[in-house]
Amino acid sequence: MNFITRTRGRGRLDNSDILTYLYLLLGTVLMFGPVLWLVMSSFKEPAQLVRFPPTFLPYHQETVTVEGHDAPLPLFEVTLEDGSTRQLAQVRRVGIQAQMVDPANPEEIIKVNINQRTPVERVYFGLENYIEGVNRFPFWTYFRNSVIVTVAATALTLLINSMAAFALSKYRFRGRDAIFLLTLATLMVPLSVILVPVFLVITQVGWNNNLLGVIVPGAATPTGVFLLRQYMLTIPDELIESARIDGASEWRIYLQIILPLTRPALAVLAIFSIMWRWNDFLWPLIVLSRNELFTLQVGLNSFQGELQVQWNLILAMTVLTLLPITLVFGFLQRYITTGIATTGLK
Amino acid sequence: MNQVQAKPTPKAPPAAVRRSLEGVGSGLLHFILNATEQIMVPIQRRIGVQRMAYVFVLPNLLIFGVFILLPMLLNFYYAFTGGTNLFPQDRPFVGFDNFQRLFTCQDFFQPNTCLEDRFARSMVNTAVFVTSQVALVVLISLITALALNRKIVARGLFRSVFFYPVLLSPVVVALIWKWILQQDGLLNALIVSLGGDRVSFLTSGDWARFWVVIISVWSTMGFYTLILLAGLQSIPAELYEASSIDGASAWTAFRRITMPLLMPTMMVVLVLSVIRAVQIFDVVFAFTGGGPGTATLYLVQYIYNTAFTNLTNLYGLASAASVVLAFFLVVFTLLQLRLGGTTSDVADA
Repeated sequence: MNFITRTRGRGRLDNSDILTYLYLLLGTVLMFGPVLWLVMSSFKEPAQLVRFPPTFLPYHQETVTVEGHDAPLPLFEVTLEDGSTRQLAQVRRVGIQAQMVDPANPEEIIKVNINQRTPVERVYFGLENYIEGVNRFPFWTYFRNSVIVTVAATALTLLINSMAAFALSKYRFRGRDAIFLLTLATLMVPLSVILVPVFLVITQVGWNNNLLGVIVPGAATPTGVFLLRQYMLTIPDELIESARIDGASEWRIYLQIILPLTRPALAVLAIFSIMWRWNDFLWPLIVLSRNELFTLQVGLNSFQGELQVQWNLILAMTVLTLLPITLVFGFLQRYITTGIATTGLK
Repeated sequence: MNQVQAKPTPKAPPAAVRRSLEGVGSGLLHFILNATEQIMVPIQRRIGVQRMAYVFVLPNLLIFGVFILLPMLLNFYYAFTGGTNLFPQDRPFVGFDNFQRLFTCQDFFQPNTCLEDRFARSMVNTAVFVTSQVALVVLISLITALALNRKIVARGLFRSVFFYPVLLSPVVVALIWKWILQQDGLLNALIVSLGGDRVSFLTSGDWARFWVVIISVWSTMGFYTLILLAGLQSIPAELYEASSIDGASAWTAFRRITMPLLMPTMMVVLVLSVIRAVQIFDVVFAFTGGGPGTATLYLVQYIYNTAFTNLTNLYGLASAASVVLAFFLVVFTLLQLRLGGTTSDVADA
């Protein structure tokens, strides 16, 4: 633990350092705790989920097969009146009294007050919630829809935004400034402001209940055009000139010179686009009303709104929904955080 | 790719991204290049080099025009027409009726005396939410950014920890907290273990409003922290060295160096968070659905409900409310531009 004391090049931590670490540790608990709690809960059996107070780790109550009973019986540790403890299986419970048997001697019923028994448990990370959830909830359908939307929309966004950015940064043409200003002006128009007319346009185009209605409209992001244009401005014009002299077509210049040089900015935009699309909620909510077309977010929300809320399944599905984005973050986190810090977009 | 390597690239992409792009690139790129050039070269021959710009700008412009620009204009049309028909040709012109309906109140300080009391309620709720959420998120982000800017071990790790919730989808965030706040949830267990009584966080209006603010701060503060941290790191270290040589205390350095130089970034964060907060929707929609009653009904959900969930389909009224929302957004955006932030800072807010 030498390195901790090295912080200020002095030999020890001063009070403000300790305060800083305390704050950061508290923050870590508050930021990660809720997610960790979700993950832990998702492994718990339904009976454990309604337990109060809840336990941190998922537990499973031991059961035992007793002669004369078809189903396995739950096992308890019972404190008898003489003070000794025995492991007994519970046959049934009547009010505050439990009828129990000794697995070794199944004939004799022992009546025990329920406060005198504690379940015999072991830590158990069960996948039952996940398996049942994936079957009951059309997870793979929603997952497939989300993947299609995210991949197709990101590819389309990168293509048309970079084409537009190329035109806006490397050509002089009538209307260029007007188009650029329009892009800047609408940088601020969120979907929430144009909900009704967007619904009309989608309906007119015939994209209601069509994944295209989720993929295409958001692809022309002003943010992406702006980001890529600013980046392309730094590419020297001479490069394009000399390619033209060599006889390259404009399209070839775009694909073979501009795109490779714009890779850092394209990568940032790609990561953001993936994040936007995977987490997108309002747009698919409006466009899609048929269950088999739902994305994960819309599907998960409608699943939790059903009358009989089955938390064990919801928790498992929530974990599966946050998993892909967590993995992306795990691999690209440094890139994402510096990308946001330098571009200021999210 | 010879031309590319001849010139120094402005900034090298990370190796992993570069490798994967190149691997897929060479084969696929040549195929795409040759296939698409068959179409593009004849076009270029017809219209000339300079006009190729229109070809490049067209796909983006088309989608942009149809799905952003046109709806923006149509929104005004809707706001001044009535009826429940979606198609514009079947909608009668009603002038300012929709706006009048939104703003008819006997007493503007009492939402329940308003004709459209749900709108009034959503406006009040949004105002209260924006004020409290923005104040809290700016304060906590600033403290966190200051902490992260110190010479600490594992700064990158801590930075990621605070940022992680930003990436979670609103539905996931809502479910995580719903699970913690339910009757038999973690928080109630903590309260009971400390000797308190269980609280019905989700069925009490005041508690629901309170938690919407907390959840929203939890899930967005990492973003503002990053922006503020970038601002802090752009302050030259020499200034602090000079001030410590002059014998200034840490507090003085903070007041005289950090605060003034961080002000522009603070302004960006302030306006950005206001613009975001005004549009709060998805997380609340999944968390409380606007309830209990209208306790967490905010402006965007009022618009959504009015247009899409009520059997009435009052598109005109919803659009009029959208115009009101747009008005606030424009005001805040202009404010932001006046205060000197770049436009990209407010992108996709």
